[in-house]
Amino acid sequence: MKVLMKGNEALAEAAIRAGCHHFFGYPITPQTELAAYMSKRMPQVNGTYLQAESEIAAINMVLGASSAGVRAMTSSSSPGVSLKGEGISYMAGSDLPAVIINVQRGGPGLGGIQPSQADYWQATKATGHGDFQILVFAPSTVQEMVDLISHAFDTADKYRMPAMILADGMLGQMMEPVELPEEGSANLPEKEWAAKGHGGKRAHNIINSLYLTPEKLEQLVKERFERYETVKRNEQMAEEYLTEDADVVLVAYGASSRVARSAVNKAREKGLKVGLVRPITLWPFPTDALNRAASHAKNFLVVEMSMGQMVDDVKLAIDCKVPVHFYGRTGGMIPTPADVLAQIEALL
Amino acid sequence: MKNLNILFAGFGGQGVLFAGKVVAYAALIANKQLSWLPSYGPEMRGGTANCSVCVSDEAIGSPLVTNPNVLIAMNLPSFDKFINAVEPGGVVIVDSSLIDKKVERDDVTVYYVPSSSLAEENGLSGLSNMILVGKLFQEVCTQGDCAFCDSDILDQAVQKCIPARKAQMLDFNRKAIQIGAQQ
Repeated sequence: MKVLMKGNEALAEAAIRAGCHHFFGYPITPQTELAAYMSKRMPQVNGTYLQAESEIAAINMVLGASSAGVRAMTSSSSPGVSLKGEGISYMAGSDLPAVIINVQRGGPGLGGIQPSQADYWQATKATGHGDFQILVFAPSTVQEMVDLISHAFDTADKYRMPAMILADGMLGQMMEPVELPEEGSANLPEKEWAAKGHGGKRAHNIINSLYLTPEKLEQLVKERFERYETVKRNEQMAEEYLTEDADVVLVAYGASSRVARSAVNKAREKGLKVGLVRPITLWPFPTDALNRAASHAKNFLVVEMSMGQMVDDVKLAIDCKVPVHFYGRTGGMIPTPADVLAQIEALL
Repeated sequence: MKNLNILFAGFGGQGVLFAGKVVAYAALIANKQLSWLPSYGPEMRGGTANCSVCVSDEAIGSPLVTNPNVLIAMNLPSFDKFINAVEPGGVVIVDSSLIDKKVERDDVTVYYVPSSSLAEENGLSGLSNMILVGKLFQEVCTQGDCAFCDSDILDQAVQKCIPARKAQMLDFNRKAIQIGAQQ
C-alpha cells in the first residue's frame, strides 16, 4: 500500500524501520520536518529523540550512540552540516558507522533556504579534517530516499564508516507516493567492537581517534584506505537511462537529475540521441557506468544545482575520453528542462 | 492520460498547498505517478505561495512546474507572473472576484470563477480554494485528455486530506467542490 509522504518525513520513517532508534537533531530549514517527525515517532518505538543544543552536540551524541553499537542518525541542512564536520571526522577516525542527512540549501554562509547541490565538494572530499572518506548516497525520488536509508545503514555497518544521504530542499519538501518496508524488517548485525559493557567477560573495547605515534596512525589510515578500495570496487551505484545509443550523455544526481531526465525525454521526442547517467553513490563515484557511456558518446553534459562541483570527478572518471561540458544554476535556483535542452541542442 | 502539470498560485493562507494536496491524493488513489512540490520560502507568511502538482502515467521528471498546462490563479500577482507561462492549449482557472483582469491570450481555455465571493455568500469562508478545486476536477481531472479519476475518487481524496480533528469540515469542503463544479 503506497502512502503520500514528504521526503523529509519519509527519510525519518524509513530510518526507524531500518532499526535506527536513536536520533539527535537540531532544527534548520529545509530539513526541520524530519526532526519534527522523529520527535513524534521515536517515543512510539521506545526510541530516543533528542533535540540537542547545537549541531555539534547532535553529531557527538551520534558518535556516542554509535560507539555503543546502535544505529544512530542526525540530520541537518548545509550550514548545520558544516558544524558537524568535526564529529564526522572523529567518527571516521574511530571507525564508527552512522547516517548523516544533508537536505542541502544554497550557500556559502547562511546562504538561502531554497534547494541546492552546492555541498558536493564538502560531502565527497572535505566533510572534515584528515585522511578519510564517507559513503555518500544521492536519492532522486522520495521512494529512493526510503530505499537508500536502509542501504546506507547496512553499508555503513558493513565497512564501519559514516554514510551521508545528500538530499536537497526540493526532495525534502516534495511529496510522492512511497512504499515503506515492514516495521521490524531490519537485519541488525552484531557489533563485537561496540563499547557497551561486558561484565568482565571479555577484554574491553576502546573507541578512539587519537593516536600520538605517527607509525601507528599511518598504519591505521592505510588500513582504512585499503577498505575504501574495496568500497570503490563493490559499492558503486548509478542509473543508466537511454545511454546505449546516446551521442550526448547528461550526468546529474538528485533533484537536478530529474530535470535532466525531463530534458532527455524532450530531446528523444525530437529524435535526438540523448541519455543520462545518474550517480546514486557520489562516493564511491560510479566510474564504471560513466566509462560505459563514454565508450560511444561524443559529449558529456554535467547538470547541477551548483557551480559545477562534480565536473572534475566526471573528467577524472572517464580520463577525459570525451569533452565534459557543464550547465548549472546555483543559489537556490533550479534549472528547467527547457534550459537543459537548449544546452543539449548547442552540442549537437 | 496526457501529463498534467498544475500550478496553484496565490497568497499564503488561501489554501494553495491544501488544494494541491487534494489533487495529489486523488492521483495516489487513482494509482498514478505524481509529485507535489510546495514553495517553502518566507513568502508563505502572507506573500505569494504556490504549489506544483504533476500527474502522469510515467515517472515524473522535474517536479517543479514552470510551464503549467493548468494554472489556478488565486491572486493578481500570481496571475501576472504565470499567465504567459501557461502552455498553449492549456487551461486557466481564475478567481475572478480577486482578479479583475481578463486573459488576453486566445490559445488557452479560461474559466472565470468568482470563488472568493461564492465562498462568502455560501457560508464557506476560507474554502474559495475548494471551489476552484471543484472546477478543476469538473473540467480537467475527470474529463478530457488529462482525465485521471472520477468524482468518487475526489471525495476519497478530500476525506484523506482532512484530519480527524477537523472532521466537521468535510461537508463544507464537499459543498464547496459541488459549487465549483457547477460554475
